Amino acid sequence: MKYGVNEHGYYGDFGGAYVPEMLYPNIEELRQQYLKIINEPDFKAEFDLLLKDYVGRPSPLYFAKRYSEKYGANIFLKREDLNHTGSHKINNAIGQILLAQRLGKKRIIAETGAGQHGVATATVCALKGIECVVYMGEVDMERQAPNVSRMKMLGAKVVPARSGSKTLKDATNEALRDWIANPVDTHYIIGSVVGPYPYPDMVARFQSIISFEAKKQLFEHTGKELPEYVMACVGGGSNAMGMFYHFLDDESVKLIAVEAAGKGVNSGHSAATTILGREGVLHGSRTILMQTDDGQVVEPYSISAGLDYPGIGPQHAHLYKINRAQYTSVTDDEALQAGLLCCQLEGIIPAIESAHALAQLEKMNFKKDDNVIICLSGRGDKDLDTYIKYFNY
Amino acid sequence: MNRLNHLFAARKGNLLSIYYTAGYPELNTTLDIAEALEKAGADFLEIGFPYSDPVADGPTIQHSSQQALDNGMTLNLLFEQLKNLRKRVTIPVLLMGYFNPIVQYGVEQFCKKAAEAGVDGVIVPDLPIYEYETMYAGFFKSNNLSNIFLVTPQTSADRIRKIDELSNSFIYLLSSSSITGGSLDVSDSIENYYKRIKAMQLKNPAIIGFGIGDNATFKKACEYADGAIVGSKFVKLLESENYLEKINGFIHSIRTSL
Ligand SMILES: Cc1ncc(COP(=O)(O)O)c(C=O)c1O
Repeated sequence: MKYGVNEHGYYGDFGGAYVPEMLYPNIEELRQQYLKIINEPDFKAEFDLLLKDYVGRPSPLYFAKRYSEKYGANIFLKREDLNHTGSHKINNAIGQILLAQRLGKKRIIAETGAGQHGVATATVCALKGIECVVYMGEVDMERQAPNVSRMKMLGAKVVPARSGSKTLKDATNEALRDWIANPVDTHYIIGSVVGPYPYPDMVARFQSIISFEAKKQLFEHTGKELPEYVMACVGGGSNAMGMFYHFLDDESVKLIAVEAAGKGVNSGHSAATTILGREGVLHGSRTILMQTDDGQVVEPYSISAGLDYPGIGPQHAHLYKINRAQYTSVTDDEALQAGLLCCQLEGIIPAIESAHALAQLEKMNFKKDDNVIICLSGRGDKDLDTYIKYFNY
Repeated sequence: MNRLNHLFAARKGNLLSIYYTAGYPELNTTLDIAEALEKAGADFLEIGFPYSDPVADGPTIQHSSQQALDNGMTLNLLFEQLKNLRKRVTIPVLLMGYFNPIVQYGVEQFCKKAAEAGVDGVIVPDLPIYEYETMYAGFFKSNNLSNIFLVTPQTSADRIRKIDELSNSFIYLLSSSSITGGSLDVSDSIENYYKRIKAMQLKNPAIIGFGIGDNATFKKACEYADGAIVGSKFVKLLESENYLEKINGFIHSIRTSL
């Protein structure tokens, strides 16, 4: 793969494993084992079976007729919202729990922002009867309360992250601290294509099922091998990387990644990392992150908890720097309006994260026969409160 | 040779190092604290520069880092303060902090400034060996700065040999796999770990850190290593009023049993 990771864990200038020595054995064990394990026939068989019977894959590639009329192109939605637990996050959680089992781990930890990754992790831990601890920023626990209850019902312990800004980055810090203290028996299921190598590559591989299916499904719909555009929202970037993965080497496919601009890129309340960030090191990888001149991580803002992260995965940083993908951003208002439009045109209530990708449709200049695939990364049930308050329903 | 090398050549055993966060509890007392520590009998110092996301630190140092940032501490300001370091302090001084602020400052520039200020070594927990060797070692060497690596109970023998090779002053032995601010693990497995390292006859002295905070733990650490580092316990002392006046008593309480 032209845009894949090298043996030291780098994508061009980005990636690596910038972890304190306390985490080195954990990371090294993963690095040595992950490809071997995920390529074992027995692993593949169990992964595929669970994706099919438990998650409900393949997720449909839905031809959105009314969207297509409105935007003057063939718009397809990759329906990750229909997965069990309501988002793409389950693909990675299934992959990592199977890996953790084969590594002999007895305890799982995870961080979560919107709670979708936490719910997915709690779910797979219930499925396998493994202890589960989820770290979640105190602020996020309030704004995504239904997901906190879901995790508890699934048997997970939810631990509030009270340090720093009390959101996703702090939950990630707390999970890393837990892993330092529990190096032998615990596996950390990171929820996006972030963190030290091999996580970005491992998570991308587990999420690559999205584009693997979409490519075949597009051909069934249109008789075309490739779309003109592939679009997805980016928090850490896992649904986008899964959606891009099997199109990366097809240079004719335009990849559009949509970041959260929050209240506006220059408002001081934004999570538009590629615009506002600079190169540095966050959560174990060299990437692009929002920070002060002094190298302190800046607290991002987005109405969507899942996009409220100050960095992006290192592979995204690379695709951005070399211009293989285009990074844009949409505001809270644009995303919420796009979410409502999706309800009214297509009868689908999208997650606010996914609504960011939909909002980008307004800004595109499609040609009539363009085929466009958008990753509808999750459903909006968890966001009803936010939608209701915003639109006064 | 830097001050660290001279210290380790001259003194074997019972070395005491103190960590504190620059800019905490007050912005401009970095050198006052250093001076008081030297007077009280500390053998070398680790001055931490704060970071917003200190993943290897427990609540005490997280708090001191956040407070220092709120007070306005930056690397620029720290180097400004350190201009007078060698007028007031003669013992070896290390800077300790996370990699991202150094990346923003510029790694080469950081090393140059540190050397100009009379700093002897640097501890960057999240700068891994591979990146250090392939990208940055030259900047450290040309500025006569020792880079200090950590070793944990989980570090393999091969890797410890490699770390010994790359080190040129001392090796930082973690008393357990944990974040800072915990208590000292005195289990058999930890004792075996110290013995295992002692038996390796490394070329660099070893200093034990994490969980050291009183005479008992200091003495225990000195049974197995050339000295010990006190961090969170000292940072806690700084929370109290008139902390400068209490430093002397604190160091004595570590050195001597009650
Ligand atoms: C539905 C949904 N989409 C997208 C994201 C953002 O994550 P990523 O960028 O890793 O896909 C989240 C995160 O919680 C999510 O829940």
